Order: sequence, then C-alpha cells, then structure tokens
Amino acid sequence: MSTTTLPPGERTQPKSAPPPKISDRSRSERRLGWLLAGPAFAVMLLVTAYPIAQATYESLFDFRLTDPENRSFTGLSNYWVILTDQLWWRSIGVTVFITVVTVAVELVLGFALAMVMSKALAAIRPVVRAAILIPYAVITVVSAFAWQFAFDINSGFVNPWFAWLPGVSETTDWFGDTWTSLFVICIAEIWKTTPFISLLLLAGLAQVPEVLQEAAKVDGATWWQRMRKVTIPNMKAAIMVALLFRTLDAFRVFDSIFVMTGGANGTESVSFLAYRQTIARLEIGLGSAVSVLLFLVVVLIAFVFIKGFKVDLSQQRGDQ
Amino acid sequence: MPDAVDSARMPPDRRQSRRPRPRRALAAGAATAVLASVLAGCGGGGDGNTPTLTWYINPDSGGQAEIAQRCTEAAEGRYRIETALLPRDANAQREQLIRRLAAGDSSIDLMSLDPPFIPEFAEAGFLAPVPEDVAERVTEGTVDSAVEGATWDGALVTVPFWANTQLLWYRKSVAEAAGLDMSQPVTWDQLVEAAEAQDVRIGAQGARAESLTVWLNALVESAGGSIITENAEQPENIELGLSSDAAVRAAEVMRNVARSDAVSPAFSTENEDASATGFEGPDGGFQVNYPFVWPRALAAVEGGTMDAAVPEDYGAAIYPRVNENDPAAPPYGGINLGVGAFSEQSDLAFEATECITTDENQAYYFITNGNPASSAAVYDDPAVLEAFPMAPTIRESLELAAPRPQTPYYNEISVGLQRSYHPPASVVPGQTGEEAAELIRAVLRKERLL
Repeated sequence: MSTTTLPPGERTQPKSAPPPKISDRSRSERRLGWLLAGPAFAVMLLVTAYPIAQATYESLFDFRLTDPENRSFTGLSNYWVILTDQLWWRSIGVTVFITVVTVAVELVLGFALAMVMSKALAAIRPVVRAAILIPYAVITVVSAFAWQFAFDINSGFVNPWFAWLPGVSETTDWFGDTWTSLFVICIAEIWKTTPFISLLLLAGLAQVPEVLQEAAKVDGATWWQRMRKVTIPNMKAAIMVALLFRTLDAFRVFDSIFVMTGGANGTESVSFLAYRQTIARLEIGLGSAVSVLLFLVVVLIAFVFIKGFKVDLSQQRGDQ
Repeated sequence: MPDAVDSARMPPDRRQSRRPRPRRALAAGAATAVLASVLAGCGGGGDGNTPTLTWYINPDSGGQAEIAQRCTEAAEGRYRIETALLPRDANAQREQLIRRLAAGDSSIDLMSLDPPFIPEFAEAGFLAPVPEDVAERVTEGTVDSAVEGATWDGALVTVPFWANTQLLWYRKSVAEAAGLDMSQPVTWDQLVEAAEAQDVRIGAQGARAESLTVWLNALVESAGGSIITENAEQPENIELGLSSDAAVRAAEVMRNVARSDAVSPAFSTENEDASATGFEGPDGGFQVNYPFVWPRALAAVEGGTMDAAVPEDYGAAIYPRVNENDPAAPPYGGINLGVGAFSEQSDLAFEATECITTDENQAYYFITNGNPASSAAVYDDPAVLEAFPMAPTIRESLELAAPRPQTPYYNEISVGLQRSYHPPASVVPGQTGEEAAELIRAVLRKERLL
C-alpha cells in the first residue's frame, strides 16, 4: 500500500515541483501579509536584533561589570577560551541529550494526546483539552519546584511510592548523580511542554482530509495502515513545525536545571553556562560570547530543519 | 459604582447595548490604581517632605521591617525607612544589587550585605565611605570577627549588624551514650566514630552551594591554613593555599565525613535546612549549623509537630576541631549594612545605620528572628539569655570565627571550590586541592569558563 496524500496541486508542501508562478492573489496576499506583520516585524527587530547585535559587540571585549574602566578589546579571544574549554563541550552534550530525549518523548506523547483531544467525545472534549493544557499554563520555575519536591529524598513522595521498582529505594538521591538528575529534569520538561506539541499536532490532525481517511477505510485499510499511510504523511508539515519549535525551545533549557541542581553533577546546559559567566561571574564579554554561540547553534538548528527537512513555515495555513 | 447607578437608571434596551461598560470601567480603575501607585513611588514618600531611605533587605521573619519602623519613629521626621525585599539566595541578592549599582541606582540608600561580597562592592566603588566618627561608634563593643568582616583594605566599609556563626549541635542523650565529654573540644574524627557507633546521623552541608565553601573554609582555617594565602590587587596574582598541609588535612576530614555511614544518603545535596530536618528526626545525633535551628525546634514544638522532649535534648558546643590540638575556626556569616555610593542621602543613611544597629534592636532581632548580634553586650541581656540559653557559646564561637576569603573575586573562588570539592565523597586529599587551585587560577586569568 502506498502513501496517500493529496494531489500535488492541493498539497500543503509542494517540494519536487518547480516553483509555481506567483498569481495575483498570492501577490496581494503577500502584500497584505507584510502590511499586517510589518509593525510586529519592526518591534521584533528592536527587541531582538538590537540585543543580539549588542551581545555580539560586547563579546569582543574583556569587560567585567564591576570594573568598566579596564574594559579592553580582545577580538575573538573569548570565543577561543570557550571553544577550547571542556566545560563548553560537556554542556553542549548535556543540552543535546536533554533536547533529543525530551523532544522525542514529547512528540510521541503529544501525538497521542492530540489524537485523544481530536477524537474524544464531543461532550467531554472541552474538559479533556483544558486538562491536557494545564501543565503548559504552569510557570516553568513552579513546575521545576513541584518536581523537585516530588523527587526530594526528605519530602518527596516518589521514593516511598515507587520503592518497588528496581533501582528505586527509600534512600535514592535523585539529585546526587548526573543521570538521575537529568532524568528528573527531562521528566519535568516533558510534563510541562508536551501540551504545546500536542496543540500544534492537533492543528495538523485537523488538516488531514476526512475524504482520504474514508477512501482508505473503503479500501480496507486497518487503523495502523491509515495512521502510517494517510494521517502522518498528510500532517508531516505540522509535525516538522512542532519539532522545530520544541527543539529550539528545548535547546535553551535553563529553569529546571537552575532550580533542581544549580548545575551540580555536570548538569549545566549552555544557557546555564551563559548565565553563570554573565550574571554570576559578571564577565559580560565572556558571557556574551557564550550567548552568541548559543544563538548560532539555535540558528543552525533552525537552518537544518528549514533547509534540510524542507519545512516551509509560510505554508502552514491548512488551505488545501 | 457610578456605572452601576447609571446602568440602573437606563432603559433596558440601552442597558443591553452597554454591557461591556463594566469591563471598561474595571480596566480604567485598574489603570488609575497602577498610575497612582507609580506616582506614589516617584514621589519619594508620602509624609510631606520627610526624606525616605530605601533599605534593601534579605528575607527574614519580619525583623528588619520592624526595625525600620522603629527607626522611622525614633527619627521623629528627619527620615523614614522603607524596606525593599531582595531574593532569598545570598548570591541572587549580590547579583541584583550589583546590577543596580553598576547602573548607578540612587534608590539604594541602605543594603543588607553578606560579608564575603563586601570586598567586591567596596573595590567597585559601590559603597559610600563610612565617616570616621560613625566607624568609631559602630565598632565599639563589636565582636572582632564582625569588624573584620565589615572591613576591606584596612578601612571599615560597612556597618556590622548581625553576626552569624555555626555551632556543633548535639543530642545530649547521644553524646552521653557515646561517652563524649561535650564540655571539652571534640574533633570531626571523634564525631564520626561516635555517630557510627550510635547509629545516628551527622548533619553538615555537602550540597554544591555556598554552604560547601563555608564548610571547606572552616576546615582549612581550623587546620591552621587559609584558602587565600596572599591577596593581590591583580586577580592573577592571588595566591591560594589549597595544596598546603592544612588544606590536605581539611580535604581528608571532608571526605571521611562524606564517606562515613553517619551522613544522610542525600549528603551531596544537603543544605542547612536539610541538616536541621535530619537532626530533628529520630536518627539525629550531631550537626554543624547556625543558631536558627533552636527557634525552629521551639516553633515546631509550639506548632505541635515536635515532641517537647526533643529540643530539651539539644546541646550546643563550639564547632568541631580538625586536629586535636588546633583550635576550631568556626564559620562566620551574618549581615552588614552598606550605604549605596549613589545615594543622595548618605548622611541620613549612616544615621539610620546607627539606629538599626543599637543594642536594643540587635537584641530584638536576635530573640525574634534568631539572628545573633554583632554587639558583645547583647549576649549579656537576660531576655536574650532566656530565649537562647546557648548565647554565651555563640559569642565565644564568634570570637573564634574565621571569615571566608576576602577578595573582590570571591565568587570565582567560591564557585571554583564548589566545582572541585563536590561531591565531598569524591574528594581526593591533595589532588582535589591542586585541581581546584589550577581551575581558580585559570578562571582568574579569564582563560577558563566557570
């Protein structure tokens, strides 16, 4: 059985075909788009491009906040210090690990929740949706504290409740070791942001034409076959957008680590490293360089997704 | 309310059409309230022309706010003090104050400062110089360690307010059963042995936090060494004593305690609160901790969550020794008062510091909030002795206490130490000190990340 998607003209993502001629409608839509998005774009430039430019400039200096008089231009030496430091590479490793694990689990769970939200009985649908979205409404720091208390050896309920599981006992110190700390950090992140990914996937599910599902049913396709050959291929664009957003978000993980371990046991992420150099150590130059490198990694991820996986953000309108 | 009246008088059809009005009125009301509070904030105080001093305080049990109120009344209109709350964590307090002061914030008249950060503030020019006459008055009768902690580069740069120190808290029944004579100095080795024999816990702070530096510094100083052996203006010239015999012995004690059966399974995340909780439990034997553990236990009895017999079993002694024949150097902490360099009312602010730190206010703060005084005379106050029977031990401990490394680069040194000496169970005497020194030196030369 082959994959069933809409004909090329109606697909959400024309890829292999040559770029279509821009129609008048498209042109006027594009103009209207610029008019509507223009002011927001200008504000974005002001509040994001300016700080990025300033951080890039500061990163070229040796500048300590408490000693502004001795600020000196050092070129790219801050970048050299960072890129030759083992701590940077370990933080990159930790950040990539958290990103990959959380995004992968969130995608699967989010998809399941999106299905539940989409297929739940109409009578309970609003309740189900609200219940699923509650974690996303919780402030990350609050959620991090909640999970920390849950796993705490003195006040937490996890140890006594799950002492029957292998590897868990009354005296398991979850925040005393790298892997167990990362496990709790990942759980907190997954709990908090799965609703976001499920919301994006729900929008994607709504785009899958019912007519294709019915056609597949008539052809005798099983539920699993319909999922693999109809549903998922038709919402590939939505999946990629959800993955892109969450990956960018996950790569900047900070709050949970700050609250739960304070960077102990080798759980520092790249954002945490930037915080420690800039805010705690007051080395604005070095900290800015870490931030710029973090920004470049995030840009690289976005580039890989958009060019490598050909995610076209402008076509996510469900306008088949 | 006028809306409601209008609405009631209107014909029904118009009432219908104006339904969103209450919401608009609510928004307008909220906006007025916000505007009013902003204007009130800009006005610099509501009592006519009375100058307002803003005192940035660390969170406590309301003691500093009460003292601010008392001093406002005592000033009889010359000034009034308003408090502004800083974050709970000492490092976060430093970060917030430094960011504000680096931007020349003139709203910081007074600030409660943790002693290790004072050199950094002084060196950056964030503290108004203490007038000589004020310095003379506020150091009179003040315990030595508190004066030392308020001094940088030979000059008093802050006003000593309250002075904290850690004691060795023990369960009398446990010490007795172990045959320890607590009226005599005890060593860490003796404690470990006694706790293991009695199957009880020793509480200490093994978490990767400032408290780990506090512990390490106390161990090194008690062994007769110092973390900084030679201070220097240029950070790269600071000399560290982490490879000295004293530091090696300190690392040995730290590792032995952490690896013993007497510590909690969560020792590598144990902070002061966790130590206090463990000591309150059935396994409680010994702990090194601040005097807050005493009012905490009494409050628990009052709240019905602790048996009254438990605090009766509490004993307090001077911090444990590292070597039998070397006196202990307990940790020193507390809060000093700094006057912001950009304050437009520094004269009044210094006047206020003298009011805040009177013996009467320090005694009040000690009794109600559990924060020990920096003035020696307060320890003779009968009310203080009644609330804190161990007050003489606290005073003696303060006289012995050694401050943490005094340097404008304290944060680099402290975080560098925490990085190397955590978890305490994996410390290798000799090697860990050398690694820590290497890391700190590279960080001070700005050649490594922290």
